[in-house]
Amino acid sequence: MLQYIIKRLLFAIPILLAVVTIVFFVVRAAPGDPAQVILGDSASQESLTALRAELGLDRPMIVQYANFLFSIVRGNLGYSLIRNQSINSIVAEVLPFTIELTVAGVLVGVIIGIPLGVLSAVFRNSTADYVTRVGSLLGLSFPAFYSGILLLLAFAVYLHWFPVISDPGGTGSFGERMYMLVLPAMNLGLLMMVYVTRSSRSSLLETLGEDYIRTAKAKGLPGYIILYKHALKNALIPVITIVGLYLGVLVGNSVLTEIVFNRPGLGKLILSALDERDYNLLQGLMVIYALVIVLVNLITDLTYGMVDPRIRKQ
Amino acid sequence: MKKIDHFRYLAGETLLVFNRNKTSWVGLVLLVIILLVAVLAPVIAPYNPVEQNIIQRLQPPSSQFWLGTDYYGRDVLSRIVWGSRISFVIGVASVGIAMFFGTILGALAGYKGGMFDSFLMGLSDVMMSIPTLLMGLLIVAILGPSQLNLTIALALTMIPRFARIARAPTITAKNQVYVQACRSMGFSDIRILVVHIFPNILGELIVMASMWMATAVRMEAGLSFIGLGVKPPIATLGGMIREGFKDILTAPWASVYPGLAILLIVFAANLLGDGLRDALDPKLRNER
Repeated sequence: MLQYIIKRLLFAIPILLAVVTIVFFVVRAAPGDPAQVILGDSASQESLTALRAELGLDRPMIVQYANFLFSIVRGNLGYSLIRNQSINSIVAEVLPFTIELTVAGVLVGVIIGIPLGVLSAVFRNSTADYVTRVGSLLGLSFPAFYSGILLLLAFAVYLHWFPVISDPGGTGSFGERMYMLVLPAMNLGLLMMVYVTRSSRSSLLETLGEDYIRTAKAKGLPGYIILYKHALKNALIPVITIVGLYLGVLVGNSVLTEIVFNRPGLGKLILSALDERDYNLLQGLMVIYALVIVLVNLITDLTYGMVDPRIRKQ
Repeated sequence: MKKIDHFRYLAGETLLVFNRNKTSWVGLVLLVIILLVAVLAPVIAPYNPVEQNIIQRLQPPSSQFWLGTDYYGRDVLSRIVWGSRISFVIGVASVGIAMFFGTILGALAGYKGGMFDSFLMGLSDVMMSIPTLLMGLLIVAILGPSQLNLTIALALTMIPRFARIARAPTITAKNQVYVQACRSMGFSDIRILVVHIFPNILGELIVMASMWMATAVRMEAGLSFIGLGVKPPIATLGGMIREGFKDILTAPWASVYPGLAILLIVFAANLLGDGLRDALDPKLRNER
């Protein structure tokens, strides 16, 4: 197992390095001069040159790139161009909100998605199966901001069950914070639920067609024991991969969810970075996102290896 | 004569595939209707989509304005009709570009193997490890929002996915006896790829194109909603929701109906793709 973990870790490093490199050069290709962004249009030529030197922008690109890599390795994402704050501290302020939202979304998706998928597979070609399949395809078609708007209209505006603005602020109690989280988590969870439902359905269908299930049936075991003790255990392994794989999509959609529900988080931060043309912040956020995705993929692979011994042996 | 037979065979196969799965029919019919609406926008739209009429602003749906008016007094229905045109064009164009370049790159990588293959697949791994929406956002932010740049951004995020799809079956086909036979007869690589391998991966590519078109339309709407879409006053569905969202409490129709239009387009493309995939999947074929 240790060997497997090391192998996966080593595999993650070049991917991360490449993502960081792409982000660095793409951001450098952006129009506009960071010094100009900080000082404004009326800045004199001398002060621009001075600031460029201070920021290290006058140095060759390759030196800038090396510096950027070194500071990332040391865990330093640099300074925001607009706010007088390090990107690390800006990110640290809002990261808990995004993590909280994403984790809640995954939980909603898994807790509702797996039973739906199992139901759909067991009662294959029934009305329930048909409704679940068309419903999950419909869920797959919802842009995250639109489902958010509909949830907001239904549960906050018309039913008054939840607040319209889900900004937990930071002063509220744990209960209040969870209460604010319900609608955004449902919105994000909808997408995960769809993926989990579809994958657990097809995976369980495949497992139910295996020889050992037929053997169990031939032995005269009751259906629910076959399902719980024999089929589900194996059928749910691929679902782990699906959750890991689509966590990236979820992270992307958390941006839209945060905007609709007016929640603080990385997504709203990325928008203000775009508005203010704060390319340092944009770059830092992209690195954070890439780090999260690579980490999640790593954890998925490792979990998969733990659950299914065949994977480790390869 | 031989050509015609081949064509009839293909047409018959396609019809069989569609008949095998009813949902793909529903998706296809819906998509054709949406396409007609988009093409006939100048004829169908009851009003000018960009003409402002401040006196009539935020009117609820009525017999005069079927789906109400927005903050500037523009007819929501007319804007949806015109907006679906942009969604459709960007969706089809970006998927077309991604499919073209992705297939070529993927098939070449699979066929050539070696360093070229490792490099391309490594690059696509990297690109796919960034969430598509963020990748699109980054590219549009750098290039600047316009219809062309949106198309390019979406295509760039999808190229690695098409490359992956084209690569695997090419590797399988490469080792088949018929391809080895072609090679021993001295056929050029390009001829083998285009004439003998491509038709075998076409089915899967069409399924993916349909599903990714759904994603492209959804992403375009998302980017427009964020404010990185085609510049106003041009009507785009995502942009309409962005503008209408400000008046969500007093005039929900200005954002709810454009969203419904997006949902319909994406749903139709997903129905088509999902149905085709089931119909083309040999594992499922005999079970129906």
